[in-house]
Amino acid sequence: MDFSYSKTEQLFLQMIRSFAENEVKPLAAEVDEQERFPMETVEKMGKLGLMGIPIPKQYGGAGGTVQMYIMAVEELSRVCATTGVVLSAHTSLCMAPILENGTEEQKMKYLPKLASGEWIGAFGLTEPNAGTDAAMQQTTAVDAGDKWILNGTKIFITNASYANVFIVMAMTDKSKGTKGISAFIVEKGMPGFSIGKKELKMGIRGSATCELIFENCEVPKENLLGQLGKGFSIAMKTLDGGRIGIASQALGIAQGAMDETVKYTKERKQFGKAIAQFQNTQFQMADLKTKVEAARFLVRSAAWKKDNGIPYSADAAMAKLFAAETAMEVTTKAVQFHGGYGYTREYPVERMMRDAKITEIYEGTSEVQRMVIAGHLFK
Amino acid sequence: MNIIVCIKQVPDTTEIKIDPVKGTLIREGVPSIMNPDDKGGLELALRLKDQFGAKVTVISMGPPQADVIMREAFAMGADRAILLSDRKFAGSDTLATSYAIAGLCRSLDYDLIIAGRQAIDGDTAQVGPEMAEHLGLPQVTYVCDAKLLPNGNLQVHKENEDSVQVLEVEGKCLLTVLASAFEPRYMTVSGIVEAYNREVEVWGADKIDYDETKLGLSGSPTKVFQSFPKAMKAPGEVHEVSEEEAVELIVNKLKEKHII
Repeated sequence: MDFSYSKTEQLFLQMIRSFAENEVKPLAAEVDEQERFPMETVEKMGKLGLMGIPIPKQYGGAGGTVQMYIMAVEELSRVCATTGVVLSAHTSLCMAPILENGTEEQKMKYLPKLASGEWIGAFGLTEPNAGTDAAMQQTTAVDAGDKWILNGTKIFITNASYANVFIVMAMTDKSKGTKGISAFIVEKGMPGFSIGKKELKMGIRGSATCELIFENCEVPKENLLGQLGKGFSIAMKTLDGGRIGIASQALGIAQGAMDETVKYTKERKQFGKAIAQFQNTQFQMADLKTKVEAARFLVRSAAWKKDNGIPYSADAAMAKLFAAETAMEVTTKAVQFHGGYGYTREYPVERMMRDAKITEIYEGTSEVQRMVIAGHLFK
Repeated sequence: MNIIVCIKQVPDTTEIKIDPVKGTLIREGVPSIMNPDDKGGLELALRLKDQFGAKVTVISMGPPQADVIMREAFAMGADRAILLSDRKFAGSDTLATSYAIAGLCRSLDYDLIIAGRQAIDGDTAQVGPEMAEHLGLPQVTYVCDAKLLPNGNLQVHKENEDSVQVLEVEGKCLLTVLASAFEPRYMTVSGIVEAYNREVEVWGADKIDYDETKLGLSGSPTKVFQSFPKAMKAPGEVHEVSEEEAVELIVNKLKEKHII
């Protein structure tokens, strides 16, 4: 068993860490403060191949691994969780289902532009009445001969107002329950498709989270993704992969808060010595560091399984559950270690604590992760 | 255009630790990087490649571990990589190093050689200029900009302490460049994925023409007598006060320290 980074991964880590420090970190506070989508960063990421890391070269990707992709999400999220989720939703929720379920024509049409960053991807499953109970889809798709007609609303869609390609779930046969849900590739600008209100959020405020509105939206016949009635299964498998991405985002946030706290507690003096010298600080930080490392092993293990074609659904759920709860704990304690300064926007831990919370909620709440894990345990 | 770029693996440290007994650098535990000025040189070569088309060959002399900077060069866009590695080169000073690398250059087809101004582990700034001497090439040091003119000559900006000279160089030449002038590009993801699938050519001394007495320790007239870290002075205090106040301030400070 080899726990070390491969030579290729070490080279990649060198690059992504430098990119995150020099290009992403300087914008993090501003992106949060102004609730601004970091388009300039996405463009730079596209040029370097970061928008298509695990996509094979024949589809315009970099030909890398899932492991490299999740390292990128971690390193970006370490300094800016918004940038991390832009990449995660784009890669795991849009490109991955096209790669795994698309026809050759669909892959050739969409993946090269997505992998180069020319296009941004998004995923639409959640509805006002279909959150954790995702099977309760109310968006419908009706076969109108040469096209599909979609009607309904999706909410909380990451990247929405900047995305060009959306994977959208809709009910094609309500009588069949989850087997009546199908997946579609919807492009920005298709007739009857519009972006609704933008959410004002607690954290990851630079990420564009909006409604998708379908009013007699016309989707070409060939844009059905996978087989008819397989949409729910595609969505669940997509979320399995997505969870590794969000687990990495949570891990990155936790690591970022650790880094900031180690630095701060070494500099901050109270009662005549650096607060890092107090045993209370040391013991708490030791516990947090242990959890962060444990989270990293869970995340890497899930990614390794995905790279090697081994079932990873429970692993992804465990990685996300543990990493998200670790991120929340680390960031909350990081603010506490920073005291009053930690509560101000002068220090990044305040933003990190707000950013961490969403990782316990989206792409399956922590409760859903426990359902998935228990489902595998008691099947 | 064929461009050779000389790169070196160096310890990444601004706090150089020196073995107090041997007087040499302690490299253990210090991560190794591509020397910053050399990376600037590679960036210049890649810019010339982007603009005018070129084949960029990176060369280095060092132990097998230097392989990693050759991979990094591939991932940035280099076309070929040759690592000169042989026990015969052990103990080389700048003269023996430049002799060996010049020998390697003679075996290659080139129009331009680019080297970093200096390496952060030695700070001599000698290897590039010495190579030019061995090869009989014109050289421009401290280069902060370079472009190819329509007549095939290179227009080069050379940064001096308080001025910049613009020079035109005809024919083959050697440039040494400043890292600060050429912000290096990032490795690309596909470049990284491919980097370890490509071949770094490892050349022994037998691949170059050489005079045994000019290689390694025997070819090195420089002997390091002693290396030691410079003592850092604490930053002083600045007080903007009148003459009378200054006298009082100094007297008080001296009293505080029990000097008077």
